[in-house]
Amino acid sequence: MSTQETVKSLSQAFGPLPASHFRGQTRVVVPVDRLHEVLKFLKEGRGFDFLVDITCVDYLYYRDAVDRFGLVYLVANTATNERITIRALVNDPDPEAPSVVDLWRGADWMEREVWDLFGVRFTGHPDLRRILLPDEFSAFPLRKDYPLQGRGERHNFPVITRAES
Amino acid sequence: MPLTRSELYGEPSADEPQQYLWTMNFGPQHPATHTTLRLVLKLDGERVIEATPDIGYLHSGFEKLGEHLDYNQYVTITDRMNYVSPMSNNVAWHTAVEKLLGIDVPPRCKYLRVIVNELSRISDHLVCVGAMGLDTGAFTYFLYAFNPRELLYDIFEALCGARFTNSYTRVGGLMHDASPKAIQMIRDFLAGFPKVLDDLERLLNRNRIFVDRTKGVGVLTKVEAINRSCSGPIARASGVTRDLRKDEPYLAYPDFDFKVCCAQAGDCYARYLVRLAEMRESMNIVKQAIENLPSGPVNIGVDDRAVLPSKGQVFSTIEGLITHFELVMSNRGFDVPNEECYFASEAANGELGFYIVGDGTNRAYRARCRPPSFIHFAIFPHLIRGHRLSDVVAVLGSLNIIAAELDR
Repeated sequence: MSTQETVKSLSQAFGPLPASHFRGQTRVVVPVDRLHEVLKFLKEGRGFDFLVDITCVDYLYYRDAVDRFGLVYLVANTATNERITIRALVNDPDPEAPSVVDLWRGADWMEREVWDLFGVRFTGHPDLRRILLPDEFSAFPLRKDYPLQGRGERHNFPVITRAES
Repeated sequence: MPLTRSELYGEPSADEPQQYLWTMNFGPQHPATHTTLRLVLKLDGERVIEATPDIGYLHSGFEKLGEHLDYNQYVTITDRMNYVSPMSNNVAWHTAVEKLLGIDVPPRCKYLRVIVNELSRISDHLVCVGAMGLDTGAFTYFLYAFNPRELLYDIFEALCGARFTNSYTRVGGLMHDASPKAIQMIRDFLAGFPKVLDDLERLLNRNRIFVDRTKGVGVLTKVEAINRSCSGPIARASGVTRDLRKDEPYLAYPDFDFKVCCAQAGDCYARYLVRLAEMRESMNIVKQAIENLPSGPVNIGVDDRAVLPSKGQVFSTIEGLITHFELVMSNRGFDVPNEECYFASEAANGELGFYIVGDGTNRAYRARCRPPSFIHFAIFPHLIRGHRLSDVVAVLGSLNIIAAELDR
């Protein structure tokens, strides 16, 4: 019930946003240029103070998909235990989304991970570096056009011999 | 790793002269990191000015593998995420898959999953408190904590045949039903475990050295805990009363009577106490579950065409063989919607969630794991700032960072 109110208040504040329900979860798709506003509204206006996760899905080979990347923001309200999923679609050639580190400090590493594995750049992130992969790495391995094996990324690593170490 | 300085915390810029600061490398191979993680510490004397974590040494592309293994195969990968409590990961993964597929498992399966989830929570907390004692100089305590884990491994072995990487769950049920012997072993464990907890509490809770080293160290306030996405015992030690077992009851958790253990202080000692208290509550849950274990099948019916038949059926009946074939062949298998869903469970370290995107095939289109260790290690630079070098191990121990889950 309260999730419906949240969706209603979102559409009052930002105009009609496409919302869908599946297995008790509500997903709202937000245009990426309003993403920060929407999340700020949810945090400050609706009490969604807990950022559960930020992740990304590459829809390159997904059936009927139009956009390339779908960013997924899972937020929760620690007082009412309400959850809502905010999705934003970004596209090649330069996938970009606003950073939400100013709203939630916890977003710091989550956004770095999405940048590292998908190559979605978060504007306004204070320290957007690769996190899991080495800095020399040049590809984004969780993209669907990256193969499971191969591409010889091991060759790109600098080799340090015992003499020069 | 290039030492780019973090501008997140508004520190003095790199141009200022600071020759008096030492840069020290900590890890990736260090006895107190327990696994491979690296820290670069900026020290003023013995005081830590800044800690820069460098992770990824154990990155093995688990999420990429999740896109190439089917829903039953991927459970072997989840074992290797948090290898201290693999059963919790198994349960979280398959409950998430069943949420996507819309399967409701039978009550006996729910109860058994709760039992293994709580037993692995005990196992995880024993490692955490034991290793915390070890790092702060209490070696005997570590042995006291690790001894009962051996009994837990025996129980897991009786349940599923594997001690360490269990892979106990399957879509729509479990690998095997619990045998009477396994149930008796769990009962025996429960009978002996209160004494272990009493020993642990009496050994260390009032130990002057341990209390001095952990009290007031690495304080996390309630506001910061929520803002930095902390969950599980770390958030609860800071006064956040969030426990998914109570707040969003899943499996059979609504049936049990248990408390959510919280503390106010938010320091290492509070996190230690919360973990100790949670072990008692887990023990109560297992006790209630094992005495009220429902009878009946452990898997959903074969008519749903989602659960693998038992090996006996596969090898001796044609129907079993056909069902097995239908499920494991890559062009048949489960009836998966073109949808995505998120399921979160309360694992030992916090909220362990899986975000699964289904695309109609046997394999997940995307299998995202929300790893609690990853989120919790991000707060480490915040916790350690201003404390001494020797407090690094106390804070690391209290966070219980499992590097395999951190890097995946």
